Amino acid sequence: MSLMRSITWATLAKDIRLEWRSKDALNSMLFFSLLVVVIFSFSFDPNAEESREIAGGLIWVAFLFAAVVALNQTWARELRNQVLDAYRVSPAPATALFVAKALGNFILVSVLEALMAPLFMIFYNLRALGAAWQLIPVAILGTWALVVNGTFFAAMSLRTRSREIMLPLLLFPISIPAVQSMVEATRIILSGDGAARFWIVLLLTYDMVFTTACLALFETVLQAE
Amino acid sequence: MKRAFPILAVVTAILLAYAFYEAIWVAPMERTMGDVQRIFYYHVPSAWTAFLLFFVNLVASVIYLVRRNPRADAVALVSAEVGVVFCTIVLVTGPIWARPVWGIWWTWDIRLTTTLVLWLIYVSYLVLRRFSESSQTPKLAAVLAIFGALDVPLVYFSIWFFRTQHPQPVIGGGGSIDPRMLHVLLINWLAFSCLALVFSWARYRLELLQREVEEAESLQSLRGVPQ
Repeated sequence: MSLMRSITWATLAKDIRLEWRSKDALNSMLFFSLLVVVIFSFSFDPNAEESREIAGGLIWVAFLFAAVVALNQTWARELRNQVLDAYRVSPAPATALFVAKALGNFILVSVLEALMAPLFMIFYNLRALGAAWQLIPVAILGTWALVVNGTFFAAMSLRTRSREIMLPLLLFPISIPAVQSMVEATRIILSGDGAARFWIVLLLTYDMVFTTACLALFETVLQAE
Repeated sequence: MKRAFPILAVVTAILLAYAFYEAIWVAPMERTMGDVQRIFYYHVPSAWTAFLLFFVNLVASVIYLVRRNPRADAVALVSAEVGVVFCTIVLVTGPIWARPVWGIWWTWDIRLTTTLVLWLIYVSYLVLRRFSESSQTPKLAAVLAIFGALDVPLVYFSIWFFRTQHPQPVIGGGGSIDPRMLHVLLINWLAFSCLALVFSWARYRLELLQREVEEAESLQSLRGVPQ
């Protein structure tokens, strides 16, 4: 167990250090989601009263698209210099690598959300009419739902042609229930009608089911080459 | 086994013709919907066949992951392909029926949405198989099939809750069915299942032959024999 933890930590720390020094992924994600926000505000009237109804959808669609940017470069770095091959022949558990990569993406997307959420609030004049603290579990569970499957499918699409477009093609259909839960929960919390509990429980179920599946099957995907 | 294929094909053709006759002339006219209701005899059997094929795909994928049997992978590929064809028939015939009966082409009702998401998942499965280059495609595809199967109940629950939150004026189904209609429906289902079997069988043999050819070609290029 301590081996698993130390490998996870080493990989995670390395990825975060690399990202901290270059800030490539974070900057491109930030700018990309900013563009999405601006383009959406031209497509819909952001000042209308119903902006509260659609804002949940806009926020999560923007984050989903931005997350794909981060997810796509998760494994690309390890392909250079055959790092992934070295990992395959090493006795280190594959799940440690997966957990580290998923956590790294989770941190990256969470930072993005923390920076972008206030901007959304300003641009769309949002104020939560429901229990605002519930947005925190929704954000955590929702981000994990996107990131855990995204990291997994990014590893799957490594060996495909046009890898960059393959990831969303695999990720989006599977993510439909998660996206719906996030959007609905956010809408309910912002507009204050009804309870978001069902959606949070559904997100939790989604996270548990797919985290288990990813951990169980990652070894197969890593060795597949 | 090889001789069984033409027999099955002929039986399927006869069954389809008989099922068509039953559906168009024998089945009683539905009182409120009229003739357009007869699309039901194609829509529902296609849906059942598609779901059955997707289930076969899941079972074959699991068998492949456990046993690494290439034939199981071929079955998984074929059942997904034919399943997508039947699922497309469902998604096309549904709106044709819905337009005159419900007054709208599409509604985000639970069964419609679940079928659409199922179709999307299996199309992405086929896209992965097409785009994947390595010899490990079967393994990746089998993993994706398991993810898709895990997703379906979650999709169902999310839409079920969504729709009970916002009731729609048009919800199909419910109620009882005339026994004569049920009879016609079951004959059509039998015919469609046989048709799916014929398609899958032909496609399966084609897939095995194609793999043999590819294997022979790569062996030849390894030996360096001029083409």
